[in-house]
Amino acid sequence: MKASAFSYARATSVANALDLLAAHGDSAKVLSGGQSLMPAMNLRLINPELLVDIGDLAELRGIVLRGDVLRIGALTRHVDLLQSPEIAAHAPLLTEAIGHVAHPAIRNRGTIGGSLAHADPASELPACMLALKATIIVRGQPGERRIAAGDFFTGIYETALSPQELLVAVEVPVARKDSTHFFHEFARRHGDYAIVGAAAQAVVRDGVFADLRIAFFAVGDRPLLAKVAARLVDVAITPVILAEASAALGEELDPQEDQQASAAMRRHLAGVLLVRGVSALLGRPDLSGAPA
Amino acid sequence: MTMEAPIVLVPISLQVNGEPVEAQVLPRLNLADFLREHLSLTGTHVGCEHGVCGACTVRVNGDIVRSCLMLAVQTHRASVETIEGLSDSGEIADLQASFRQRNALQCGYCTPGMLMTAQDLLKQHPEAGREQIREHLSGNYCRCTGYQAIVDAVEATARTRMERPS
Ligand SMILES: Cc1cc2nc3c(=O)[nH]c(=O)nc-3n(C[C@H](O)[C@H](O)[C@H](O)COP(=O)(O)OP(=O)(O)OC[C@H]3O[C@@H](n4cnc5c(N)ncnc54)[C@H](O)[C@@H]3O)c2cc1C
Ligand code: FES
Ligand code: FES
Repeated sequence: MKASAFSYARATSVANALDLLAAHGDSAKVLSGGQSLMPAMNLRLINPELLVDIGDLAELRGIVLRGDVLRIGALTRHVDLLQSPEIAAHAPLLTEAIGHVAHPAIRNRGTIGGSLAHADPASELPACMLALKATIIVRGQPGERRIAAGDFFTGIYETALSPQELLVAVEVPVARKDSTHFFHEFARRHGDYAIVGAAAQAVVRDGVFADLRIAFFAVGDRPLLAKVAARLVDVAITPVILAEASAALGEELDPQEDQQASAAMRRHLAGVLLVRGVSALLGRPDLSGAPA
Repeated sequence: MTMEAPIVLVPISLQVNGEPVEAQVLPRLNLADFLREHLSLTGTHVGCEHGVCGACTVRVNGDIVRSCLMLAVQTHRASVETIEGLSDSGEIADLQASFRQRNALQCGYCTPGMLMTAQDLLKQHPEAGREQIREHLSGNYCRCTGYQAIVDAVEATARTRMERPS
């Protein structure tokens, strides 16, 4: 199908985009890479009256290292993340995760701002933001708000953004020298949305977690930072402790049932990912059932 | 109260296969339909219209994109290349010959998108092997060939290009 008729404005600055959004209210939509918005419009799931195209706003582009924070502009495309040496050096979790997002032609247009604002619960980047303890920066006419990733995602396709605000950037703390990461997802085909996935960032000292943040996606209405991770910090992990944590994880999740998988299958797969993730992060194949 | 925005034709100027193009388009017109219906470049195919099948793949400013997910108005000042452009310039003559030789096309619906995507891979990774070829083509559907012959054709082209002094 084709999108129904709408009018179009090419924003000339962030201030101009915010003026347009304020003037047109809920009937306007921001157009970034269009890789989620256009399919939804072509399927006539949504029919905005005005698209505000932010594609020309150079001020929303780019990846900058400032002290111990990486600032990633909203218009940074998936392919830019994939190829960025700064991201590879300071947020390698993102480099690994982004290869699982869609396909090359889609990664050439899709942006980080669009992915986070779209907030698909099966999407990789929102979960990475939780694992990396990112801050999401949004701007409206009254000014800027800084929102912790943990407070940003509020439901299926729902976020703390108001229709009059623009997501302008995300800030990710630079990975510490002694940190490690893990990313894995189960999907039917490479590039498909995940059935279940996990993104983790950890600090390991002497074979023990000093810190562990593991976020799951496609397990509920929004990405979820697993609380059970706390049980695994500062303890010598045994297969028994890990199996208990994996069982407890199932209770934290509220997975959907769809054509791809039942809720029970999603719970099971999340448990498998927790075990594999912990085993990989600690470099202990014995924990995932392999001989030590 | 919110303002009504009138729907008006938007002037765009761009390059298509190296030629300058000026047009007036409605915002809702996507790039695939612009190429096919306004410029009669029907090599770009339209399958799903929501980004899933890859039949509509073209190059914009050197990057492959889904032309069903891009609006014609977004190509203002851009350089667009279609399968006609790649074909006429001879850029992919060897890849096309390899597709023919190995029966990598049957109905041909997916072929323009496959060629675009395969050429994109071979430009970035001339040494690509089967796994990488499969991964790069994972967003392009073919309902006829079963993919094996397509991977063969791309792999054969990669090998020949690597051997050829450039
Ligand atoms: C076939 C296919 C497969 C895909 N597979 C995956 C996948 O496996 N994983 C995955 O994560 N994604 C996948 N995607 C989606 C892709 O990653 C999109 O790029 C991304 O979800 C949206 O980014 P965008 O820049 O294209 O945003 P758009 O489509 O332009 O916008 C999406 C939404 O966010 C709003 N928005 C955009 N930017 C801003 C901003 N700066 N401020 C406020 N609001 C904003 C828009 O108004 C719209 O509501 C897939 C897409 C396709 C077509
Ligand atoms: S028609 Fe564009 S991807 Fe199918
Ligand atoms: S040859 Fe028919 S779809 Fe590929």
